[in-house]
Amino acid sequence: MTTETPLQTTPEVGGMGHSVKRKEDPRFIRGQGKYIDDLVLPGMLWLDIVRSPYAHAKIKGIDASEALKVPGVAAVITGADLEKAGLHWMPTLAGDRQMVLPTDTVMYQAQEVAAVVATSRYAAADGVAAVLVDYEPLEVIVDPFKALEEGAMVLRPDRAADKQTNRIWHWESGDKAKADAALAAADVRIEEDIYIPRIHVASIETCGCVADWDATNGHLDLHMTSQAPHAIRTVLALVSGLPEHQIRVKTHDIGGGFGGKVPVYPGYVLAVVASLTTGKPVKWIEDRSENLQADSFARDYHIHAELAATKEGKITGLKVRTIADHGYTDAAADPSKFPAGLFNVITGSYDFQNCFVEVDGVYTNKPPGGVAYRCSFRVTEAVHAIERMVDILAHDIGKDPAQLRMENFIQPEQFPYKTPTGWSYDSGNYPAALQKAMDIIDYAGLRKEQAEKLAKGELMGIGISSFTEIVGAGPSHDFDILGIKMFDSCEIRVHPTGKVIARLGVQSQGQGHETTFAQIIAEELGFPVADIKIEEGDTDTAPYGLGTYASRSTPVAGAATAIAARKIKEKARHIAAHLLECSADDLEWTNGKWSVKGSPDRFKTIQEIAFAAYTNHPAGMEAGLEAVDYYDPPNLTFPFGSYICVVDIDKGTGEVHVRRFVAIDDCGNIINPMIVDGQIHGGLTMGLAPALYEQITYDEQGNNLAGTFMDYLLPTAVETPAWEVGKTTTPSPHHPIGAKGVGESATVGAPPAIANAVVDALWHLGVRNIDIPITPQKVWAILHEKGIS
Amino acid sequence: MTTQHVAMTVNGEKREADVEPRLLLVHLLRDVFLLTGTHIGCDTSNCGACTVHVNGQSAKSCTMLAVQADGAEIKTIEGMADGAKLHPLQQAFWDQHGLQCGFCTPGMIMQAAWFLGENPDPSETEIRAGIAGNLCRCTGYVNIVKSIQQVAGTLAEGASAPVVAAATTEGQAVSAEPAAAG
Repeated sequence: MTTETPLQTTPEVGGMGHSVKRKEDPRFIRGQGKYIDDLVLPGMLWLDIVRSPYAHAKIKGIDASEALKVPGVAAVITGADLEKAGLHWMPTLAGDRQMVLPTDTVMYQAQEVAAVVATSRYAAADGVAAVLVDYEPLEVIVDPFKALEEGAMVLRPDRAADKQTNRIWHWESGDKAKADAALAAADVRIEEDIYIPRIHVASIETCGCVADWDATNGHLDLHMTSQAPHAIRTVLALVSGLPEHQIRVKTHDIGGGFGGKVPVYPGYVLAVVASLTTGKPVKWIEDRSENLQADSFARDYHIHAELAATKEGKITGLKVRTIADHGYTDAAADPSKFPAGLFNVITGSYDFQNCFVEVDGVYTNKPPGGVAYRCSFRVTEAVHAIERMVDILAHDIGKDPAQLRMENFIQPEQFPYKTPTGWSYDSGNYPAALQKAMDIIDYAGLRKEQAEKLAKGELMGIGISSFTEIVGAGPSHDFDILGIKMFDSCEIRVHPTGKVIARLGVQSQGQGHETTFAQIIAEELGFPVADIKIEEGDTDTAPYGLGTYASRSTPVAGAATAIAARKIKEKARHIAAHLLECSADDLEWTNGKWSVKGSPDRFKTIQEIAFAAYTNHPAGMEAGLEAVDYYDPPNLTFPFGSYICVVDIDKGTGEVHVRRFVAIDDCGNIINPMIVDGQIHGGLTMGLAPALYEQITYDEQGNNLAGTFMDYLLPTAVETPAWEVGKTTTPSPHHPIGAKGVGESATVGAPPAIANAVVDALWHLGVRNIDIPITPQKVWAILHEKGIS
Repeated sequence: MTTQHVAMTVNGEKREADVEPRLLLVHLLRDVFLLTGTHIGCDTSNCGACTVHVNGQSAKSCTMLAVQADGAEIKTIEGMADGAKLHPLQQAFWDQHGLQCGFCTPGMIMQAAWFLGENPDPSETEIRAGIAGNLCRCTGYVNIVKSIQQVAGTLAEGASAPVVAAATTEGQAVSAEPAAAG
């Protein structure tokens, strides 16, 4: 059902649905944010990293003698040093292992080879330049298909005897026989290769940390850029052997994450080792080239898809075979049971029951891949594939792509909808979202304009994407990372004077948690947002949680916040009954007060109740007013939307100009409309980026060809269109406040809308697919070949 | 390594230091003067997180040596507010949700402030071109453009920014904070 979010609180309270200005902003606009590189501790040393120029090489020797003579250099750490402590390898979140520093072989260009610790940033860099490493280059495999060929060099001989292959794992989902039968019986069968290239989140702040070992007390403070501080603390305890209560992971302000700040990178571990070794705080901060060349990457999926349909365009089946390039180790941050993430959500917004998906993870001489780029575990790859295939089907049978989608959508009354790969979609109204987008953009008018332009030889395209997201990981029966269940948490304490502090297990990186989680508490308890402080990212004080990624903060920690608040509200009811000398059953809750039913003038405000909780609580009741909730979601949430993109193509240059882009999103009930729109604006821009500009490429020697912002093109304000956004509201039926999560929807939904628009403009020339990024070179080459340009 | 003495005015205060000739201005500001509002986001002058004003000109402080700023007037984000009173652009970025993670924000505000001095009443297209040297990964620029539009046309007369409620496509404008000074 599509409804509007009702406003239950006044603007002064600022509960759900109010565009409350962000509580975190005053420090940021004054330059008073505290990011990791702003942290300076007394006696602090700097760590810098020697990196491999080769993508695959034997290390024959490392000579640090000259480096140790550089003024200010305190130590040089090599793999041999770490091996003595058993720290030269570490586990990845995906159950593989990753080198902290190599002892004999480097596996990708820019891999960490040694660390230099010095008294200043510049001295550390001087030390790095003075370390001599003797390499013997080895054969390089950058192409995952070549890695799978018979007789290919085995890149990871350290694996078990029965795993001496570059195939990391094989994963299947769905019913192969049913998918084959649907394809065999199909009137129309579409077959296409679709490559989703390797990209990088490139948050404007790079990664870094300050490790601070206190030998006297046996305590380690690790200040770091992490989206998942609690999980990091546990991993660190398991790997290092330090007692977990003696490790504090502390994040500060984080300058963007997008998935790139989930993994544990060697630099963090090296800073810890350096602090343990020197007894001093040690800072490590990546520069941009290191960030773009060595941190975990996203995508790199080679998809072969087959779609079955009737001649009228009713989809009947889908079969997908995918080669996933993970680089030299599987360091993906997927839940344990899902090596290909949630890629099998690939049936998308469409009603058909025959689907089979198989994915092979493959090793190559590249840095670790498989980390999200603002998306929930491979849903972007899935959405791109199905939305491209549906569009090709529509064009092939000569049906309007909007009409074909309308005829294949799962209908509102079919929810909860069970997909052939096992997901249970919670709620949706797909036709309403697409219709709203079509109405706003004047779809019929655009098609008419397109026909007129085509007659004049001008290239204009209209692309649609009607995506279904899958977020909020996740229910404990299916979702864990390294065995830790994917619950999340909130602890709320109400102080005697009616002021509130709440701590959560998640970690904001710009999403505005200090405001939105305060709004949930304001909604539930009636305290004004101004009276509520939100804290995250200190593992000594915050309750345990799995962190912020995959749009899980509102679906999981937001639910925990609402439930914890309701526990407080229930205790408050009994305190109010005591104060009003009535039965708790006789009270009703309205606008921040418990009042006697039928006597609205007899009430106690939540602030009065808070004071009484410490000064006049009922006999037999514990004093205080606080609660904690660890929320285990019963299901994932499934935000959705329909996007329509209009492009004009310059025939002379092949440049794609996005003229209009209308995005209708449905993320369930909305906490803060202003922040939701901001999330969508940003998500759309991170959808535009891989669609038209961004790609990490390698030459045959494994050299990264996009290792700086000169070569890896983030969209500026000039390339980015003025996004037009709108909403439908279909609450999640299982979430306490009906919310679904929104941070990544637009990044997931936007690329196929843009790609579909470009192919739509070129379809009459025989173009069926162009892999993203759709650069001017690619388009110009097509136009040139067709004699247009 | 030998050092060189530099003296400059930073946010109206005289500052001096003995620096290596290779020290970047951004590192002088951040590591020596402890003005950490100026950020570093790349090594190639692309991102603009390090933008400051040098003698009234917008400059990427990662691409200047500290010794080149000897004798200069420097203004950083820390020098934009007048005590408790925010600079109109700071107020506008807050009002219009022109920031998310906040990392690019100081550079974005410094660039916008310089740009509006050059072009006090720009079109949207001119604003977008004016901030093309500053990358933001969070906001999609929509609300950054709105933030600059809130101030455009007001600075030239020396007036304070008008109070414009945060506008969103379908959301309503509300502030839980005291109203901005008009």
